[in-house]
Amino acid sequence: MALEVEDLRVHYRTLRGDVRALDGVSFGLADGEIMGLAGESGCGKTTLGKSLIRLDGRMRHVGGRAVLDGGELPIADDKAMNRRRYRDVSIIPQYSMSAMNPTRKIGKLTADLLRAKGESFRELRPELVRRLELVGLSEQVLDNYPIELSGGMKQRMVMVLSTLLDPSLLIADEVTSALDVSNQKAVAETLVRFRELGFVKSMVVVTHDLSLVYQIADSIMIMYAGRIVEKGPADTIINAPRHPYTRALIEALPEVGLEYGDRRLKSIPGKPPQLLNPPTGCRFRDRCELAHDRCIEDPPAVDLAPDHTASCWKVVD
Amino acid sequence: MGRYFRRKLLIYGVTFFIAVTINFAIPRLMPGDPVARMLNRHSVSNSESAAALRTYFEDVFGFDVPLWQQYLNYWTALLQGDLGVSVFAFPSPVSSVVLDALPYTIGLLVPAILLSWIVGNGLGAMAARSKWLDNSVLPLGYLLTAVPYMWLAILLVWSGGVLLDWFPAARGYSLSMQPNLSWAFFVDLVHHWFLPFLSLFIVALGGWAIGMRNLVIYELESDYSNYLQALGAPRRLVRRYAFRNAMLPQISGLALQLGVVVGGALVTEVVFAYPGLGSLLLNAINNQDFFLLQGILLFIVIGVLLFNFLADVAFVLVDPRTRLGLEGGQS
Ligand SMILES: Nc1ncnc2c1ncn2[C@@H]1O[C@H](COP(=O)(O)OP(=O)(O)OP(=O)(O)O)[C@@H](O)[C@H]1O
Ligand code: SF4
Ligand SMILES: [Mg+2]
Repeated sequence: MALEVEDLRVHYRTLRGDVRALDGVSFGLADGEIMGLAGESGCGKTTLGKSLIRLDGRMRHVGGRAVLDGGELPIADDKAMNRRRYRDVSIIPQYSMSAMNPTRKIGKLTADLLRAKGESFRELRPELVRRLELVGLSEQVLDNYPIELSGGMKQRMVMVLSTLLDPSLLIADEVTSALDVSNQKAVAETLVRFRELGFVKSMVVVTHDLSLVYQIADSIMIMYAGRIVEKGPADTIINAPRHPYTRALIEALPEVGLEYGDRRLKSIPGKPPQLLNPPTGCRFRDRCELAHDRCIEDPPAVDLAPDHTASCWKVVD
Repeated sequence: MGRYFRRKLLIYGVTFFIAVTINFAIPRLMPGDPVARMLNRHSVSNSESAAALRTYFEDVFGFDVPLWQQYLNYWTALLQGDLGVSVFAFPSPVSSVVLDALPYTIGLLVPAILLSWIVGNGLGAMAARSKWLDNSVLPLGYLLTAVPYMWLAILLVWSGGVLLDWFPAARGYSLSMQPNLSWAFFVDLVHHWFLPFLSLFIVALGGWAIGMRNLVIYELESDYSNYLQALGAPRRLVRRYAFRNAMLPQISGLALQLGVVVGGALVTEVVFAYPGLGSLLLNAINNQDFFLLQGILLFIVIGVLLFNFLADVAFVLVDPRTRLGLEGGQS
């Protein structure tokens, strides 16, 4: 296992109380695994990604732990984490379009960052240029300011920059959302290439776009209201989901791999619960067609196959 | 980029032209005979010089030629640096009266603006990273910007000039002295300069500090700062970037501030009875000295336009975003 997360709890401190954005999250990630992470907006995908690399000022690690490559990831210890960031865990943030300092040339920025991390820009430069060419950028971009690049170029630049030190775990947060269809495809394929070339070992790819992630991911994990509801091989999740929420989510998709048929898209009625005071028991209860008495209690995570789990009372039976 | 500056220059040129035209029109639009009023109002007691003045004014105003001719004459004289003769300081030419006063104003305002800018930005940047400093700099800054300037100036005159008697409370130099290049005169000058300088320094300080603090905090919370921190960049690098980016608007802000230098210290010069353009302006108004008034206004207009242009240049050159935007994106 490259990454193992156990019962992770991370809250946002707000004036009205703690927002339980991650409320007991456990999962594993194998070496070389690309895992898609999906779920409605606000379910905690970004929070999970950030928890594995850097808690911001409002986030509080309340419980649980993460183990990366056999060693504890000191999530709550900012100083200790600093040594692991970039080298062991890296991120392509949701805001890639504005991730680079707008007033610094990209080459200078890269050099500043590498030097600050105790690496030599001079030594890494040939590799950097090789990787830029790999994603279709010329060495010339190093002399450009970020605003001189198109959205797709910026995205690819940040991808190269984030993976330059060959991290073991890469979190890619909505890397395709800001792009047009052809760029989306290219970026998704680049992620796979990066793994094949050994730039990164395993990946968590956060996305809204299940059909895109289906094409590149080995496994897919579905979150709902700060918890994990189902994780399994990509094929299984898309074609034979077991959790009622996953099913609703898949049904809301235009048929994966097919053209948009005549079928009307069904959206899931209702809204996810707010996380300030989440309800007890299964959090999907209000919207679940299969909800029954037992759902007042927390459903257990059930292993349906060695690499397929779902948290639902209906699955138990 | 050249197009941008050409357009700006054109705008400033037109503004200058309009300002001069208004300057030309004002005394002519005044009801009654401005020459007679100027002469009556101001006691040019010597009848000989009064007569000389009258012929001079008639001549300059050139009431006997058509208006367009007067207007052209006015421009010709202006471009030759001839701003007329001051009534109140007769027979000195306006340009020399103004140029005599200018060093006092500039000597007061430029150091006050520059130093408050440097110290204010330093304080603001430090406040942005230290809770403790922030808790003292911020309220103090707001207090300083909220204090009415007049009140602060009077307080300084009273405490530093009267109560403690450390500094003279008025004038640019001692009555007993004549301006000269001696060390003693210089010391006297600095002694008189200090209180008005301090008052300007203090009021400007809080604004710069608060502005800088907010800018740095904004930059520290921006996406690029977050990205750097996510990649484990040390605080030092993140802060350096934030500071440099926060400085950009402050630099054009400084140029704008310098633009009001020429006309900006009226209240200071009045409260501290300090010689300078502000006092001169007041005198010109009190004495209905139109030529002098026109001359001063002209200097103020030139000063404001010049530094506004500098602010534009700074704004464009200093920030690659605006610079590249004007050059037209490449690739
Ligand atoms: N700074 C914050 N303060 C308080 N609550 C927050 C903060 N950031 C996020 N949250 C809350 O935490 C929950 C999870 O947010 P998160 O950003 O992880 O969602 P997400 O799944 O990434 O959503 P999206 O798909 O829209 O990016 C949400 O309910 C959100 O309201
Ligand atoms: S536990 Fe109950 S409410 Fe929750 S998803 Fe399963 S059936 Fe629906
Ligand atoms: Mg998100």
